[in-house]
Amino acid sequence: MTEKKKTQLKVLFSLIALLVCAGMLFYVNHYTRPTFMLRTVLQLGAIYALVAVSMNLLNGFTGLFSLGQAGFMAIGAYTFAIFTIPVKSRSGVYYLYGVADWLSNIQIPIWAAIILAGLVAAILAAIIGAPVLRLKSDYFAIATLGFAEIVRIIVGSSPMNRITNGSLGLKLIPKFSNFYFPFIVVGICILIVSLLIRSSYGRAFKAIREDEIAAEAMGINLAKHKQLSFIISSFFAGISGALMGMYLGAITSTTFNVTLTYNILLIVVIGGMGSITGSIISSFLVIAAREWWLRFLDMEIFIGSFKVPLLKSGFRMVVFSLILMIVVLFFRRGIMGTNELNWNFIINRLNKKKKTGGESCE
Amino acid sequence: MSEKVLSVQDITMQFGGVVAVNNLSLEVHKDEIVSLIGPNGAGKTTAFNVITGVYAPTNGAVDFEGKNIISNYPRGKMEKMYAGENKGKYKKVTEPTPDKITKLGIARTFQNIRLFKELTVLENVLIAKHMRMKANIFADTFLLNWKEEKKMKEDSLELLRILDLYELKDEKSSSLPYGKQRHLEIARALATNPSLLLLDEPAAGLNPQETDELTEFIRKVRDHFHLTVFMIEHHMNLVMDISDRIYVIDFGKMIANGTPNEIQNNQKVIDAYLGVAEDE
Repeated sequence: MTEKKKTQLKVLFSLIALLVCAGMLFYVNHYTRPTFMLRTVLQLGAIYALVAVSMNLLNGFTGLFSLGQAGFMAIGAYTFAIFTIPVKSRSGVYYLYGVADWLSNIQIPIWAAIILAGLVAAILAAIIGAPVLRLKSDYFAIATLGFAEIVRIIVGSSPMNRITNGSLGLKLIPKFSNFYFPFIVVGICILIVSLLIRSSYGRAFKAIREDEIAAEAMGINLAKHKQLSFIISSFFAGISGALMGMYLGAITSTTFNVTLTYNILLIVVIGGMGSITGSIISSFLVIAAREWWLRFLDMEIFIGSFKVPLLKSGFRMVVFSLILMIVVLFFRRGIMGTNELNWNFIINRLNKKKKTGGESCE
Repeated sequence: MSEKVLSVQDITMQFGGVVAVNNLSLEVHKDEIVSLIGPNGAGKTTAFNVITGVYAPTNGAVDFEGKNIISNYPRGKMEKMYAGENKGKYKKVTEPTPDKITKLGIARTFQNIRLFKELTVLENVLIAKHMRMKANIFADTFLLNWKEEKKMKEDSLELLRILDLYELKDEKSSSLPYGKQRHLEIARALATNPSLLLLDEPAAGLNPQETDELTEFIRKVRDHFHLTVFMIEHHMNLVMDISDRIYVIDFGKMIANGTPNEIQNNQKVIDAYLGVAEDE
């Protein structure tokens, strides 16, 4: 088969796969109850997928171990909320402290607010990037973690009362206008990230991950490329923060605490550091397991008159954590490692199966 | 005499109280293969690291193709501690980072191979082409510069073809045999379009047959790309076979320089390598 034909086939298959996904979403939207858990899992999974991919760009592809993702999400979510809460309901939201004068009459369209959320996060990343990116490995992780906490505390602090509503948080954030909205936004964003990864700049990022000294000796400006990666990663974290705000409808500063960062990190590690499809798959799996499949462990179950031991509220998280430990023990490099789930990967796998199958027959 | 490509002037590199390179001056001319040899710990790799911008020298200057690219004098804490010579001769401070040096046209390889292990052979070479890219990150992401990308790829494949690495282009670089990894490292350095190639112990860890192959490889590279080669090497066969001139350093100081023949018969060099008997 010629290269060209192969590419054509791959494009065809990709289109079919896309259509199948769209069809499944359509089915879920039209033929399931609005309270069905799968709807929640899909929407939340998509949002986590975006932030996981953005973290992976930094941690998995550029090799900068950042723990600041929740901070950038918080900035995105708050930016989005501040500019989109309907003007007429602002007095209700800011009932205790009142709203800042300059803010009381500004309201921008949803799409503009989403982009603005990303931009504000990116600008902040550019500002803190210059000093923080000088640090290496663990120190960089600690600095970004500290940054995330500072952001969280500042938005929740009393001097910010008239802008962020302080510790009361913001509510009445516009919800998704329809079921497909988050998937479209997340889809576009992840597409952009994957295009970036396969570009020359993406290769330069990978070079920095593999060997900083060699990358620099090959003429790659470390400071510039690290900064770029940090800003882009924060941009998409900001957008996913906006989506999270839309999904929840109400946010407080505690929504974006350290636990959120660890959840994202966990998704990235389970999916595979350096694999975009890995991050996507693992975010849906992790969210589904946590929110849906393991729910029954929180309920008391009786078999006849026998009460199953241990099952009570909170036990779900114990089992969840155990599964995580097992996954990390047996798949040390995550589900996908640094591979991507694309047609090449599938074709190679099938060929390998065929080959080994043939040998065992002889 | 042909034009000077590299001229190192009075370089002293001092770490705390330790003088690793002491007042080293040397010259490399166009189309030459020059070797830098010396016993272990003599300061050869440090000298390389100064030339490629990894360390800023404590004192001294480096010129490349007639232009000053590196210059420094003892400052700050070093002002009092400085134990070298020529203090006060240099007044300028130019401390470029390694990527700037590479952009000027000095490419290097490493003593312990530093390939991008998880990436393929082709990707390794493509990365070296990245710094010459004109497109910004947005144009590059959205494939607006597909012509430039295509050219980069074609150039890289052409380079791999010339260096007999084409068959391996889709292999992970860490899966190559050791000798081929050495070749790839040189190929990757060549992809930056250098005029001066610095090789840091290219034959380290190679068996005699692979060393012979490498000798041919270096010659081929020099002739095909019209390069100047400056290398550190321990394999004396390789050094004597390939070098036009040799510099010998010991304890950071240059002790001899000349053609391979002169060096082989130089008493100082023999003493440095074999040691001198205390009482004779």
